[in-house]
Amino acid sequence: MDTPQSTAAAPAGGAAPAVGGAEEAAPRTPAGAPADGPPGAEGTRRRRIPRWAVPAAAVVLLALLPFSTLPVPGVFEGPLNSPATLQLLATCLVFAGLATSYDLLYGRLGLLSFGHALYFASGAYFAALLMELLRLPLAAAAPLAVAGGTLLALLLGAVSLRVSGIALAMVTLAFAQAGSILVVRDPGRATGGEEGLSLEADLVPDALVGVFNTANLYWLAAAYAVLAAGAVWWLDSTPTGRVWRGIRANERRVAVLGLNPYPYKLAAFTVAGGLASLGGVAYLVVSGGVTPVVTTAEFTLTLLVMVALGGAGTRWGPVLGAVLYTYLDHRLLDVAASDGFERLPAAVQAPLSQPLFILGMLFVAMVYFFPGGLAALPARIGAAVARRRRRGPPPD
Amino acid sequence: MSTVVLLLATGLGLGALYFLIASGLSLIFGLMDVLNFAHGAFLTVGGYAAWWASVHLPFAAGGGWGFLGAVAFGTAAGTAAAFLVELLAIRPLYGRHREQILVTVGLSLAVPALVQGIWGADPLTFPRPDIARGTVGVLGAAVPRDRLLLVAVAAAVLGGLLLFVRRTRYGLIVRAGVEDRAMVTALGIDVRKAFTLVFAIGGAAASLAGALGGLYFGVVTPTQGVSLLIFAFIVVVIGGTASITGCALASVAVAMIQQFANYYTVAGLGDIAVVAVLAAVLLTRQGGLTTRTAERVA
Repeated sequence: MDTPQSTAAAPAGGAAPAVGGAEEAAPRTPAGAPADGPPGAEGTRRRRIPRWAVPAAAVVLLALLPFSTLPVPGVFEGPLNSPATLQLLATCLVFAGLATSYDLLYGRLGLLSFGHALYFASGAYFAALLMELLRLPLAAAAPLAVAGGTLLALLLGAVSLRVSGIALAMVTLAFAQAGSILVVRDPGRATGGEEGLSLEADLVPDALVGVFNTANLYWLAAAYAVLAAGAVWWLDSTPTGRVWRGIRANERRVAVLGLNPYPYKLAAFTVAGGLASLGGVAYLVVSGGVTPVVTTAEFTLTLLVMVALGGAGTRWGPVLGAVLYTYLDHRLLDVAASDGFERLPAAVQAPLSQPLFILGMLFVAMVYFFPGGLAALPARIGAAVARRRRRGPPPD
Repeated sequence: MSTVVLLLATGLGLGALYFLIASGLSLIFGLMDVLNFAHGAFLTVGGYAAWWASVHLPFAAGGGWGFLGAVAFGTAAGTAAAFLVELLAIRPLYGRHREQILVTVGLSLAVPALVQGIWGADPLTFPRPDIARGTVGVLGAAVPRDRLLLVAVAAAVLGGLLLFVRRTRYGLIVRAGVEDRAMVTALGIDVRKAFTLVFAIGGAAASLAGALGGLYFGVVTPTQGVSLLIFAFIVVVIGGTASITGCALASVAVAMIQQFANYYTVAGLGDIAVVAVLAAVLLTRQGGLTTRTAERVA
C-alpha cells in the first residue's frame, strides 16, 4: 500500500481542488482534516470544539450505556440495561457498522454495488461452518472467516470492477445471487438451507453466552461499530480517501491526472468487504445464528436504504440511518402485535402490520423531500431558519 | 430423447416468462436509464390481481374464458400501477438517475410487503383453466400445456412489440430515444410521453408475466417477483438494450442454460452457471451496455 501514499501526495497539496471540483475547494481546518461542515462563519465557530470530541463522547456514552437503568418509556420496553433492549441495540450497532462499510463504496466512491450482502454473509457463514465442521473455537474461526470474506471481496472485486456504473451493479448483484442460491441449496447439508446455522454455544467463550451476558454482546457490537466507523473515517482523511472522493466526483479526471482509479476502487471494495465480513461474525455471535435472509439481494437493498436514509457519504449518516432503520424494523413489529392495534380497521391494519411497507414508503418520501438524508437535516433546518430571519424584521 | 424435449419445452416456458419481464425492463432501461427495481412489484401486482379477480369477480371465475378475464384484469391492474408509478414517482425525478433507482428500490420493498400484509405470506393456489391442464404429446414427451401457452403468449407479445417499435410513430420515437435521447428532445419531440408509454408497456408485460407465472409455478407468493427480477436483470445485461429480438434470444438462452444445467448436474448449479455466463459476457464484451452507461450513472 505504499504506492497510494506516494502518488497521492500531489493531490493532497494543490491538485485536490482540481480533482474534486467545487466540493473539494472548501477551506480546511489547520489540522489538515477535511472540513465537512459548511465554510464560512459556521466553520470558525465550530473550531472551538475539537473534531474528536463528538465521536469520543459517543464512544464513552455507548460504552457506559449498559450501566444505566434509565427507563425510556415508549422507546424501549424495559430499562436501558434490560437484556431485550441491549439485544436490540446490539443488532442496531452491528448494522450501523455494516452500513458504514457499505457507505464506503456507495457514498464515498459512488460505486453502486448490489452484492454487499455476500461479504456479510460469508463472514457469518464461514465462521459458523468452521465452528461446526472443524470444531474450531470462535477465537480461531473469526479471524479465518474475516480473512476468507476479505479474500472473496478482493477476488470478486478484481473481476467486477473491470466494469462500472449499472454493469457493476448487475455483476455484483449476480455474484451475490449465486452465493445466495448456493447457501439455500444446502450443498452437502452444510449450510442448513432455509433454516440456517446456529452458533455452537460450547465453542464460544462463556462470557458471550446466555441472557445474563447480553451486555457483553452489546459491547462486542459496539466495538465493531466503532471499529468500522473509525476505519472508514480514518481512511477518508488519508490521501487515499482524497483520491476516493476524486473518483466519486469525476473518475475520468482522476485518470487524466495520472492516477489509475482501478487499484483505489479495488482497495475500497476489499476494505468494505473485509469490514462487512467482520460484521457478519459479529452478527453471528450477537444473534446466535445466521439465516439465508442475510444473503439475499433484498438485504443489500435494505443496506442501501439505511445509507440513503441517513445520508450517503457523510460521517454520521450511515450510522444514524442503520440504527433508525433497524430500530423501526423491530419496534414496528411489536407495535403491530400490541392490543390497541387490534382495534384499528382492517384496511389500516394490513399495511401497518408490515414494517417493510412503512420503511419503504418512508424511504420513498425521504428521497423526495429530504435528499441528503438525516445527516443533512440540521443544515437544511439551519438554512430555512436563516432564510426566514433574513426575510422578517431584524431581530433587534 | 423425451427428457430433452421436456427440458426444451420447460426451458422455453421459463424463457417466455423471462422475456415478458425483461422486454419491459430493457425498454425502460434503454430509453430512460432507469434500472427499474419496481418491475418485480408490477409482477406481484399482476399475479395477485389475477388471483383476486378469479376469486371475487364473476366474469373472471371458472376454468375456461374466465381465466382470460382474470389475466386481463391482472394485466390491467399492473399496467395502471406502472402508469401511476411513472407519473407520480419517476417523472418528478427526471434526470436524476440515482434518485430514480432509489425510489424504485423503495417501491420494490414496500409493494410486496403491502401484498403480504393484505393476503399473507403463504402461497395462494392459482386457478388452472382447462386449457392449461394436462399435457400434450410432443415427440414422445408429455409436455405440460401451460408451458406451451406461455410460449404462445410470449411470442405474441414479441410480435406486438416488434410491430410497435418498427411500424408506429411512437415506436420510432422510442427507438430514436434509446439511440440518442438528447437529439430527440432537441428535435422538439416530448420524450416524456414516450417514457410513460414505455413504462406502461413494461408494466403490462410484467404483470402478464405475473399472472401467467401463477400458472407456471401453480401458486402466487409476494416475493415471486423479486427472484424472477434478478434473472430478468441478467437477461437484460446479456441481451443488451439495443433490440427486442436480442432480449428474446437472451431470455431463451438463460432459461435453457438454467434448465439443462439444473437437470444434468446438481440442482442449483444452473442458476450459478447463468451468473458465470453473465460475468463472462460483461468482462469480454466491453462495448454496448457497459461503456454507454458507465458515465451516466455513478
